[in-house]
Amino acid sequence: MSTEIAISHVSRAFGGHTVLNDVSLTVKPGELLALLGPSGSGKTTLLRLIAGLDQPDRGKINIGDLDATARHPKERGVGFVFQHYALFRHMTVFENIAFSLRIRKVPKAEVKTRVAALLKLIQLETLASRYPAQLSGGQRQRVALARALASQPRVLLLDEPFGALDAVVRRDLRRWLRQLHDEMHITTIFVTHDQEEAFDLADRVVIMNAGKICQQGTPIDIYQHPTSIFVHEFLGESNHIPSRVHNGTVIAQAGFYLGEAAAPEGPVQTFIRPHHVIPRPNPRGAWSITRIAATGAHARISVTNTGTTLQAAMTADALLDSSLTPGQQVDIFFSGGTIFTEAKPGPTKLTPLKPTSAIHAIS
Amino acid sequence: MVKNILIGIALAFMGLFLVMPLLVVFTEAFSAGIADYFTAITDPNVGSAITLTLIIALVVVPANLIFGICASWCIARFNFIGRDLLITLIDLPFSISPVIAGLLEVLLFGLNGLFGTWLANHNIQIIFALPGMILATIFVTFPFVAREIIPLAQEQGNDEEEAAVTLGASGLQIFFRVSLPKLRWGLFYGVLLCNARAMGEFGAVSVVSGKIFGSTDTLSLAVESLYESYEIQAAFACASLLAMLALVTLILKSALEWWHRDEIHAVRRKKAA
Repeated sequence: MSTEIAISHVSRAFGGHTVLNDVSLTVKPGELLALLGPSGSGKTTLLRLIAGLDQPDRGKINIGDLDATARHPKERGVGFVFQHYALFRHMTVFENIAFSLRIRKVPKAEVKTRVAALLKLIQLETLASRYPAQLSGGQRQRVALARALASQPRVLLLDEPFGALDAVVRRDLRRWLRQLHDEMHITTIFVTHDQEEAFDLADRVVIMNAGKICQQGTPIDIYQHPTSIFVHEFLGESNHIPSRVHNGTVIAQAGFYLGEAAAPEGPVQTFIRPHHVIPRPNPRGAWSITRIAATGAHARISVTNTGTTLQAAMTADALLDSSLTPGQQVDIFFSGGTIFTEAKPGPTKLTPLKPTSAIHAIS
Repeated sequence: MVKNILIGIALAFMGLFLVMPLLVVFTEAFSAGIADYFTAITDPNVGSAITLTLIIALVVVPANLIFGICASWCIARFNFIGRDLLITLIDLPFSISPVIAGLLEVLLFGLNGLFGTWLANHNIQIIFALPGMILATIFVTFPFVAREIIPLAQEQGNDEEEAAVTLGASGLQIFFRVSLPKLRWGLFYGVLLCNARAMGEFGAVSVVSGKIFGSTDTLSLAVESLYESYEIQAAFACASLLAMLALVTLILKSALEWWHRDEIHAVRRKKAA
């Protein structure tokens, strides 16, 4: 029932500026896939190419058995949800949802039952006769979704679907969409620049940068094993420490010892997530705590040593147990990290000093 | 207190400059009684003026409607060389005196004009005839529809059309179901203004018409002709017809706004948000 999308070697340039550069991607039937990347990475362009709102300069797009590359959007069977909803302002909620059915000359009685079912699905039965301007952002987004689903598309495409909503509505709508997808199993691609959103919602995440796919995989896989500096830095905070490898030992440029790694001799870039940085009280320690910020479940600790500042993170509970206070002298231990070097492609694991069990890190 | 004074000044001003002249028009028109009023407006020459005015409006309004839609379509949708120039040119008739506009027509199509000889050889008469009056009126009322809908089309952008594409609509379906309806209020106001101006136009038409009473006189030209021949009451009777046109336009506008108040209210709220 569900449809596969196969994109092969697709390129697109606008006025000499390459936006997509030889992108290939397969979306499995019934999958919920996130296209994640900074603005200008080409993710929205890719989505528009799949929908048929734009044509690729080179390459092929297959939707199911259909070579969709040169097909009109009408023939592709896609539903598209726009970032700013793009609801028809002169039509009521009912007429907005009914639009694709009216275009297809579906009998009136059937239009009525199908729109009623969709209104029930988006829980807006009572607002059928309202105009889009009379709805809240979250309601508009749900109407846009119902409108896209009305023609029973094989593929659902969402462009920054929650971008214009406030945080609470965004979280609720996200869970609702996931639930909806689990019920309908329609192949879905959504574009976002929000890493949390992508990881929370998607079965698989595709990370894009500068018109290319950098990495794809399950959220946990990508977070644990970023294959490039870009992906590592894009996915949440990390301490970037310029360092060098000597006899398999990794030492920061600033002089402190980081751990061991199977990397060639020479300069390397070390990345350590804040939760892998563990401060331990020691009156003669070389580091001092400059700031502690508790943000709900997690606490963020800044430690500094002659010009180098590192960010550490732990659970709020662990912070209470540790009795760390601002101004205190500490030692720093590392419980993990990743090394990138020009001499060798891909990441190298940093093996830190043992043991660091006295203080619990978030893992 | 200050509020009441300001409202008072505004009302007094409106009364003096808008209501009073209107009252004068009607009192003068009916000064010799209702019977004379109807004699005046059923005069064959006045009848021909009314017909001519209606014909001109009937040609000019649709012409400028189509032009306005085309112009707003390309200005809002595409970014082309000469786009800014086109926007400026659309405003040109606003900044040129209608008399000059009429004179330009004469210079182009008159007997000694640029195309005069060619037109004369082909037996086509533009100046001192209906075609010239229509052209002059089109020129003068050129910006009304376009000016009303271009900003609207620019503000609304292209999103809804794209959404319609993804929902399977064809080009024509998009135009008639999305593009046109979403501009309909702008179109409506534009048409009303254009119509009022087309029927009331004096300067440009007076230059090209030749003012042959009973033949190439429009209603507003008839007012002048009658006034100049000291038929004051008849002149005001004609003027009252034009005034009534203005009133009907206003009532029509208010009625439609009231009829669609929900939708208009909704759109306004969106704009404010």
